[in-house]
Amino acid sequence: MFDQGMLELLGKGILETLYMTVVSTALAYAFGLPLGVLLCITDKNGVYPIPFVNKLLGFIINFLRSVPFLILLVFILPLTRAIVGTTIGSTATIVPLVVAASPFVARMVESSLKEVDSGVIEAAQSMGSSTFQIIYKVLIPEAKPSLILGAAIAITTILGHSAMAGFVGGGGLGTIAVNYGYYRYQRDVMAVTVILLVIIVQIFQEIGMRIARRTDKRIR
Amino acid sequence: MISLRNLCKTFETSEGTIEVLKNINLDIQKGEIFGIIGLSGAGKSTLVRCINLLEKPTSGEVIFDGMRMGDLSPKELLKVRQSMSMVFQSFNLLQQRTALKNVCYPLEIAKVPKEEARKRAEELLELVGLSDKLNAYPSQLSGGQKQRVAIARALATEPKVLLCDEITSALDPNTTRSILELLQNINRTMGVTILIITHEMEVIEQICHRVAVINGGSIVETGEVREVFLRPRSETAKQLILPKGHEISHMTGKRCLRIVFDGNSAFEPIISNMTLECRAVVNILYANTKSIEGRAYGEMLLQLPDDDISIKRILAYLDEKGIFYKEEEINV
Repeated sequence: MFDQGMLELLGKGILETLYMTVVSTALAYAFGLPLGVLLCITDKNGVYPIPFVNKLLGFIINFLRSVPFLILLVFILPLTRAIVGTTIGSTATIVPLVVAASPFVARMVESSLKEVDSGVIEAAQSMGSSTFQIIYKVLIPEAKPSLILGAAIAITTILGHSAMAGFVGGGGLGTIAVNYGYYRYQRDVMAVTVILLVIIVQIFQEIGMRIARRTDKRIR
Repeated sequence: MISLRNLCKTFETSEGTIEVLKNINLDIQKGEIFGIIGLSGAGKSTLVRCINLLEKPTSGEVIFDGMRMGDLSPKELLKVRQSMSMVFQSFNLLQQRTALKNVCYPLEIAKVPKEEARKRAEELLELVGLSDKLNAYPSQLSGGQKQRVAIARALATEPKVLLCDEITSALDPNTTRSILELLQNINRTMGVTILIITHEMEVIEQICHRVAVINGGSIVETGEVREVFLRPRSETAKQLILPKGHEISHMTGKRCLRIVFDGNSAFEPIISNMTLECRAVVNILYANTKSIEGRAYGEMLLQLPDDDISIKRILAYLDEKGIFYKEEEINV
């Protein structure tokens, strides 16, 4: 039902979507993981309470999270241009994706780390662990299964956002869906892109769940 | 080994200030097993956390091995904590690490080389009787086994003191006994000073040398376990040691007598002889034998007959036999 050209286009779309999603998720974690750790430990019941920093950080994160993605995308176009040199295409889309996903990732990481039993942290403290040792020897390893599950949710959310960027020439499957399915009324193209997106989400989610289950030593 | 001087701890809550510890003074000698017993909410757990400064005392001093804990820099404090390990009621093992790796944890913190740490961890797990569970995760172990891993972990850095916070409260009586035996062994063979926090008199009786009774944030009684058990002075100690009120609630209120037999009189049929000689019947409300530091002690609660003459005869008989007794008010 599709000619060679369309199939190639879809193939390229899949690769672009994967590229945006994976790179954005990696960068979002590069920023979000330390922020999440900071949010967790500076809490008033945390390992290293600094209520002022915690409140300020929480406010900034909530602010960024409350801006709808499409508006954020348009709003930071100058920043995108400054960093990437252009505002269209998949590489340009990575900038707003990272800006939008980092605070989200920070919150996910924070909630995963807060699940770690406070008794275990207390035990680590009683053995003379420094704050830094508690972070990388206790908090993160103990929260690992939950962090991986969170990452699966984050990557699927970012994938959804990347498709949204299609409306402003963001590249990937989203752009194909908008250009062919929406503007040219090619409903079959629309349907195929949607199915492809659903399949990719399912794969990411399933992989995440499997890894999380395999790494978790609590249930056997 | 550990001295507490005028230790106070208050918590600020939205309801106002709560005084959890009031002017605590305590001296724990090197090599002893010291028990602190109290009902829940007495401040026991806060007290033990003030010793390694997991809780910062509001005022007063903690002196450990000649050092004032409050004067240590944060870095020094981390170092000192390695020589005063803690064991918890809820085990607090790292769930994502095997038993062996859990025991290795404090050694990693102490920067012990990997190979050496592994060897030491294996030895310790063997010491606590878990050499077949090296690679088991905490979720695969029973409560008693988890506590053994926790004890092995606490011993890894060769501490001078072991702080035990209600370590048997989540365990059944048999497991409790075996864990206490393990602690006793450790105390004897390694010379580690042990501080035990508990609400169970059985724990104190089984292994402690001295005991402090805490109530409402204050130490109300301190002494040799035998002394406190034979002659409890404070209300709290009596509550913890004497048979509980609800066990005899169906008896009518009369005068009662608590008799304690030491090792010598335990063989004589005292009660039978007494009833024959005094021609007075008594009702045995409660009886128990306990082993304190290897010696057998019997304890009995007798309900006395109504008439004063019989009571006087009974008391005279007991005096003559040299049996320790005390009249108790039993509230029914």
